[in-house]
Amino acid sequence: MEVVLALGIGLLTAAGVYLMLRPRTFQVIIGLSLLTYAVNLFIVAMGRLRVGAPPVLTEALGSAAANYADPVPQALVLTSIVISFSMTALFLVLLLAARGVTGTDHVDGEEAVS
Amino acid sequence: MEHLLVLPVLMPLLAGASMLLVDERQRRFKNVVSLAAVLLMVTVSVLLLWQVVGPNGKEVFTYQLGNWPAPFGIVLVADRLSVMMVLLTSVLGATGLIYALSRWALFGPRFHALYLLLLMGVSGAFLTGDLFNLYVFFEVLLAASYGLLLHTSGRGRVKAGLHYLAINLVGSVLFLIGVSLIYGLTGTLNMADVVFRLGELSSTDLPLLKAGAAVLGVAFLVKAGAWPLNFWLPTTYSAAPAPVAAVFAIMTKVGIYVILRLTSLFSAGAGGVGDGPGLAQFGASWLLYAGMATILVGSFGIIASRTLPHIAGYATIVSTGTLLAVLGSGSVEVISGALYYLMGSTVGIAALFLLADSVMRRERIEAASQDVGPVFSDDYETALRSEFEGVELSGPIPAGTALLAGSFFLITLLLVGMPPFSGFIAKFAILDGILKAWANGASAFGGGAEPFRGAVASAWILLGLIVFSGFATLLSLVRQGIHVFWKRHEQAASLSLRPAEALSVSMLVSLAVALAVLAGPIMRFTDDTSAYLLTPETYVSAVLAGSTSPGPDRAASAADPQPAPDAPPSVELGELP
Repeated sequence: MEVVLALGIGLLTAAGVYLMLRPRTFQVIIGLSLLTYAVNLFIVAMGRLRVGAPPVLTEALGSAAANYADPVPQALVLTSIVISFSMTALFLVLLLAARGVTGTDHVDGEEAVS
Repeated sequence: MEHLLVLPVLMPLLAGASMLLVDERQRRFKNVVSLAAVLLMVTVSVLLLWQVVGPNGKEVFTYQLGNWPAPFGIVLVADRLSVMMVLLTSVLGATGLIYALSRWALFGPRFHALYLLLLMGVSGAFLTGDLFNLYVFFEVLLAASYGLLLHTSGRGRVKAGLHYLAINLVGSVLFLIGVSLIYGLTGTLNMADVVFRLGELSSTDLPLLKAGAAVLGVAFLVKAGAWPLNFWLPTTYSAAPAPVAAVFAIMTKVGIYVILRLTSLFSAGAGGVGDGPGLAQFGASWLLYAGMATILVGSFGIIASRTLPHIAGYATIVSTGTLLAVLGSGSVEVISGALYYLMGSTVGIAALFLLADSVMRRERIEAASQDVGPVFSDDYETALRSEFEGVELSGPIPAGTALLAGSFFLITLLLVGMPPFSGFIAKFAILDGILKAWANGASAFGGGAEPFRGAVASAWILLGLIVFSGFATLLSLVRQGIHVFWKRHEQAASLSLRPAEALSVSMLVSLAVALAVLAGPIMRFTDDTSAYLLTPETYVSAVLAGSTSPGPDRAASAADPQPAPDAPPSVELGELP
């Protein structure tokens, strides 16, 4: 299972980095979103992958830490998701403003001179 | 005053939040509240400094948020370095705000709220002792900086803002990767606790931790403006409104501060299972090479710049390069000189940004008149942007021009590193420290540990680069000064200066003079700070041994088994408590 997750994170990162280097602003935003998905999955994976283990203490499982999933990475991911979605929203507004002010959706504000 | 430590974070937050409840047209209320908040921040920073270095001061004291004990909860830590940086932030924030009150704060909505949130983020980043809390404060300051950079909109700002936003999002992604790697290996986010747990890592985990620390370092190098990660910096800083650019000068130093803090902490415990120095001196050679390349690129950039804001942006890069190159050295004198240089260069660069705005007023008004109309529905004062009035006194040299020209001259001496100002003393201290360490036989970089290959040659090249950067700055600033102040222009309108702007520039220049006059006490302070940084056991034991206050129900119970709060147990590194 770790292999599948690792491959998924790698694929998302690769796609994200590729798109981020493209010349159109919308591609950059999608690339950044993919990159943030990859990083969020990575943070969750740092808590070690457990199936069927709750992050909250329950009576039935007692107090041994080995019976639970690590709750801290889940909290970190929530924080990260919130921050990155608000930054994406800001980036979208900025994309529209750039389109309006410069008249083009090229990241440099003007078409490349070939 | 046990809650003093959280005030630099809470006060701007509350003041900024109160701004949002009030309509944009209540200018006087907003000006008064934000000015009061910022001046209170300066007072609190001075009090914190007094608590750390005063007669009955403690070296390090902590504040546990939510009363949770250290490794599990988030701690704010005040030691010499944090308190020094918070004081610098609040002073620069105060002068920037005073400058903005005359003009920039009027030009669009929500300037004060964003500015206060920026100050909150920067102070929090300097005070926190937890890696993820650092990420959160980092995002707070970045979010506020995006809004401030785009203040008054316009083609140049939007273009620069797009690039700035994209590069900082990448930096945040790298930050998260690094922090989560460190968490995954050590199981903790508290900086002191990470150092503590370094000793328990197996030899297969240590390379992963080094990878995590390296990725984290790259995120901060992006923020600090190290080459080759700094192509965004000059464009962005010169496109920013002047008071915002002045605060951006401190934001660069957040990256430097974190790198300094982490190299200092990691130089403590021996990592790994007994063999090798572990994480000690990790990345010192990379920092040196990155710093030298940054100084070189920054110097050429300064010579190539044609406008004052661009020069100030490249001067930021040069100061980053100088600081990065010497952070990895293990020498007390060098790091002490670097800290003093940090103070002086930040003040000088902020003053240069403010000055550049005042003298380039004419060009900026012409550029702004081609801009867009009001962007927000509560943007009431767009018409004011094209106004061009200020205090003009008659006579051959108007008072405004005299003040600006004199300030420009003093700032030039400061940034170039010529006597008698602090730039000279600081650079001299750095060069002296490097030569002394080399003469003592120890490598200048490596602090007594085994020197890396080429250390001696690097020390001489670094010397040459530092001197060359001063020469390049001199060349460019003198050229610009002649162009601005001495050349006869066709439309010879004199520079008009508003009182608040004059006050703020004078404040920064007198601060620069004070830094030079008080060089003795300040360098004693930085000597103690750098000696403290090179022995991080003090920091680690103070953070991990801080005790919690008794809760309300525990205080009511008779037999209280809590240990005495004034006797923290000393913590030995490398062993479990």
